[in-house]
Amino acid sequence: MKVELRGISKHFGPIRANDGVTLSIESGTLHGLLGENGAGKSTLMKILSGFLSPDRGEILLDGKPIHLHSPAQSIAVGVGMLHQDPLDFSALRVIDNFLLGSPESWWLDRHRNRNRLIELASQFDFRLNPDALLSDLSIGERQQLEIIRLLGLGVRVLILDEPTTAISSQQKEKLFETLRRLTEQGKTVIFVSHKLEEVRSLCSKVSVMAHGKITGEVPMPLPTEELVQMMFGQAVMVGKRCAVPLGDPVLELENVTVSDWRLEVKSLSLEVRAGEVIGLAGLEGSGQHLVLKSCAGLQRPSVGHIRIATQEMTGRPYRDFTKAGVAYMPAGRLEEGLIAGMTLIEHAALIDENPRFFVDWAFAAKTAAQRIEAYNIKGQPGTLVEELSGGNQQRTLLALLPSQSRLLLMEHPTRGLDMESTEYIWKLLLNRTQQGTAILFISSDLDELLDRSDRILIFFEGKVRMMETCGTNLLQLGESIGGKGFE
Amino acid sequence: MNNWEIHPSLVLRVFAILLALVFSAFILLILGTSPLDAFALILSGAFGSLAKLAYVMTAWAPLLLCSAGLLVTFAAGVWNIGIEGQIIMGAVFATGLLQLLQDSLSPAAILVLAAFAGLMGGALWGILAGALKLYGNVNEIFGGLGLNFIAGSLTVYLVLGPWKRPGIGSTSGTQPFPPSLWLPAFNGFQVSPIEVLLGLVAMSLVALALRGTHFGLKLRAIGKNLRAAFLKGIPLNQYMLLAFGLCGGLAGLAGWVLVVGTSARHNLFPLISSGYGFLAILVVLLTNLSALWSVPISFFFAVISMGSLQLALQRQLDSSLGGVIQGMLVLLVLVAKGFQSRTLSRRER
Amino acid sequence: MLDISILIASVLASSPPILFAVLGETITEKAGVINLSLDGSLLLTALVGFVVALHTGSVLLGFCGAMAVGALIAWMIAFVSLTLHQPQVATGFVLTLLSRDLAYVLGIPYAHVPGPQVSHTPIPGLFDLPIVGPILFDQNPVVYLSLLAICLVWVYMDKTRPGLNLQGLGQRPAAAFVRGVNVTVMRYVYTLVGGALVGLGGASFSLMVKPGWARPYGIEGTGWIALAIVIFGGWQPIRAALGAYFFVALQTAASLLQSVMPNIPTQLFSTLPFPLMILTLLLVTLGNAEWTNRVLNYLPESMRRFLIRTLKALKTVPPASLGTIFRKE
Repeated sequence: MKVELRGISKHFGPIRANDGVTLSIESGTLHGLLGENGAGKSTLMKILSGFLSPDRGEILLDGKPIHLHSPAQSIAVGVGMLHQDPLDFSALRVIDNFLLGSPESWWLDRHRNRNRLIELASQFDFRLNPDALLSDLSIGERQQLEIIRLLGLGVRVLILDEPTTAISSQQKEKLFETLRRLTEQGKTVIFVSHKLEEVRSLCSKVSVMAHGKITGEVPMPLPTEELVQMMFGQAVMVGKRCAVPLGDPVLELENVTVSDWRLEVKSLSLEVRAGEVIGLAGLEGSGQHLVLKSCAGLQRPSVGHIRIATQEMTGRPYRDFTKAGVAYMPAGRLEEGLIAGMTLIEHAALIDENPRFFVDWAFAAKTAAQRIEAYNIKGQPGTLVEELSGGNQQRTLLALLPSQSRLLLMEHPTRGLDMESTEYIWKLLLNRTQQGTAILFISSDLDELLDRSDRILIFFEGKVRMMETCGTNLLQLGESIGGKGFE
Repeated sequence: MNNWEIHPSLVLRVFAILLALVFSAFILLILGTSPLDAFALILSGAFGSLAKLAYVMTAWAPLLLCSAGLLVTFAAGVWNIGIEGQIIMGAVFATGLLQLLQDSLSPAAILVLAAFAGLMGGALWGILAGALKLYGNVNEIFGGLGLNFIAGSLTVYLVLGPWKRPGIGSTSGTQPFPPSLWLPAFNGFQVSPIEVLLGLVAMSLVALALRGTHFGLKLRAIGKNLRAAFLKGIPLNQYMLLAFGLCGGLAGLAGWVLVVGTSARHNLFPLISSGYGFLAILVVLLTNLSALWSVPISFFFAVISMGSLQLALQRQLDSSLGGVIQGMLVLLVLVAKGFQSRTLSRRER
Repeated sequence: MLDISILIASVLASSPPILFAVLGETITEKAGVINLSLDGSLLLTALVGFVVALHTGSVLLGFCGAMAVGALIAWMIAFVSLTLHQPQVATGFVLTLLSRDLAYVLGIPYAHVPGPQVSHTPIPGLFDLPIVGPILFDQNPVVYLSLLAICLVWVYMDKTRPGLNLQGLGQRPAAAFVRGVNVTVMRYVYTLVGGALVGLGGASFSLMVKPGWARPYGIEGTGWIALAIVIFGGWQPIRAALGAYFFVALQTAASLLQSVMPNIPTQLFSTLPFPLMILTLLLVTLGNAEWTNRVLNYLPESMRRFLIRTLKALKTVPPASLGTIFRKE
């Protein structure tokens, strides 16, 4: 089935997630959709799969314009999406997951569908036990189930959203083989990813997105440099921080292995000294968050040691890390960092480092006013944090960090901020480093990473590479993020 | 927030009150009674004589204490349904101590000690509910309910067993305590200032604690965003247990009041909590967790509760009509809140 | 001495009120909604059932009236929480108190008034079978209906397409939405169905188990226990029904014990089943707790394995979306 998107635009408030996107995908092809996080790929695919309605533009399937208003209807029309975390039911069995949502008669015929399931699975060499509980399956297997479920419903366009994030390399190979077979059967596959190498090896044609627009549409194979340029832009950026005087070690990771349900970062060793700034780069879910959380004491490593200023901290609770001078700034502004329903004064009172029994509201008000001034926050001390704009919430998060820390761990510190604010914030952060604070920060802005860090740790599927910023250019950084050099 | 936004809230709430009264009037008409007559009876039942007013004040005290306690647990974001059991345990502990020391010390000393015993009993029961939730993974509603049931059964056992009245053990309760162990009252106005004062003091302290201490601030942080509170280094389990304990303690004090208060029956009997705990939940829901408003609203509810007793005595109506009025009020205010936030969010879009 | 089959028969005969309530609430919570108003609902619907039957002379109409009122109360919870986005627990709590008080207020003219009741209808030919006869076939239509209801609910959930959708709905509404389930509408529907079943339970009491109305009413407290039994039953109809029967058996045992031990006062026996039920519930939920796993690690291997298997068998997993608001994203 041929898919055409014409002039798709979608905005969320002031943000233009999709800006006049026009894309054409031929039937029976494996088409890649490449781009950074925030480029607009997921919004576009949500529109195509019926989750969202575009503000403008139209979708044509096999030449016929169609209005998709719900995911279920999209599937009925033949377009199905496999999500990164498959939308399935962990408490039910495989066979029931397969059945739920299919246009069966009133009575469930599990027997017949069991056979159907096994037959479909064997077509692709999947091994799925219909009576197993879904919670016992790995993510790769859950993906396999979802694929045959969608195929069983007659889907002819299969969208895969970052499917290889959490599966083993064996399962990945099998997945790729499956996708190739699907295209041989005449199905259209759209492969959404940010992993350059995979897209290159798998797809026959690639569309690249950046800032809500399509920046290029090219047949494969294509040299990586051109792809990276299309993803990240033409800026010729070279790392500046060289020869920075450093102090004593603040953070030591010795042979640390840390993992969660999705991936594992193995045997990482790292030494961070006072005054150093280390950027953690990599596409979402490559392991940077895991490592940062373990440095904060929120995630216990299964192997290895963590030391803060030569003090052994492995396995100690979060509060001990905080007392040792580690400050952690989470990514979710209103989910984890700020407390909706409380004012800036109340937040200032909460971070009082020497609290007595009664709250000194005058002091808290003064602190709030000071921080508002220092961080240029557009708001009053009495404003509720949820009423601030996103950018100002980010500034508030930064403003609430303890005034003296050994180690600052930040997730996307300048997300949502404009150039001027970013400049301003980094000036303040630089002051801290000159006083001896070490900073580890996660960012998806390559310019920021090159500009501000002394070293960059690049994460890819749980593997880590270190890069000195001095002299590295954007292209090299972008390639590494996309997976080059990690084999 | 401009002025226009305050007004609809007030208007909606007044509207809700009127609607509640209309609904109750409707019910009364169905039953064949004049609504005006019934409402007048309620008011006279509350204010008709000094003795009746004394009853209202006596009902006000436990409501104040329980509402104050609930403000603490609601601030922490928990539903302390177990409050009835905490009142009961407070009464049990107080009775136990009174029986133990009945003839040993001066009455004043015994009463004070009994108050502490009541406080401890309620606090213990509250902490138990909290521990079940935090360490046993038991939903706080069921933990609370379960403990309510257990407290209830325990009381029945005590009243009919080890603490039974000499001769005839009956569920009317234990042997009543002599007047020396009652809270002192005014001459002619059968109300002890101590009860109501205790309630008012408790409410003020709670309001002060929640707004003016770091404990209160951190507790409110937990209630609004558990994850963020954790990341800010607030010890969650400690604070939540403390909240349960505080509410339980205040409920336990209410239990003590229900035993030694001037207009009490001066003994322990099953269901001594008389639904005051649940009624306090209604109060706090109605006032949207405002300590300031909880004082008059709990008085208002005490008026309705005591006043509607007259209905049973004089008009053969069930005193539960008071409960109907109270319940309708809270329900309608909840509905009003819902409509209000819906129109607000619609306007934002 | 004690005829076991008569005993079981009497348990069955007393169980419809709590059984219907438990089945109804299982359905409602399976869809992701908590109806905390069960206790008051049972009271009010019992009264309505009795009153309607009294005035119309038809027991059937009484049941219909009770079901309608049960559905109405449930609708209020659904409306305030699903449409107005106010907390379900608060609404349910207020409604339980309100319904109870309303029942007592409206019930005054009907206290101790004799009225119609469900008639005993043994099934000809089957009721004198040994053992099974008196238990299953020597009852009244309501009991037969209650047994049928368990089967129907189980069959619905396990063997039909919409039943499967229900299972997914409460567990992961987002995934159900993708599969074509209209989450909000279905939640309304199932809440109403659950409420109607509660109404059925209430009427079963006032028209069959203990006909008539009085203050205080015998069914007080049952609603709260029903909520607990739904958890005990793991949100599955058969297991929940067993829990309901277990509770009624406790009550029957209590009254039996009473006749055997006349010196111990009656009230103790009538209150005992409640805390006992709660303790059972604790046992079931404890399997979920983290520290039990840690404690278990200290035990010898064989004992540990046995305990883990028992706990796992008892373990219940709540519908993950219980009480939460579903927003289409």
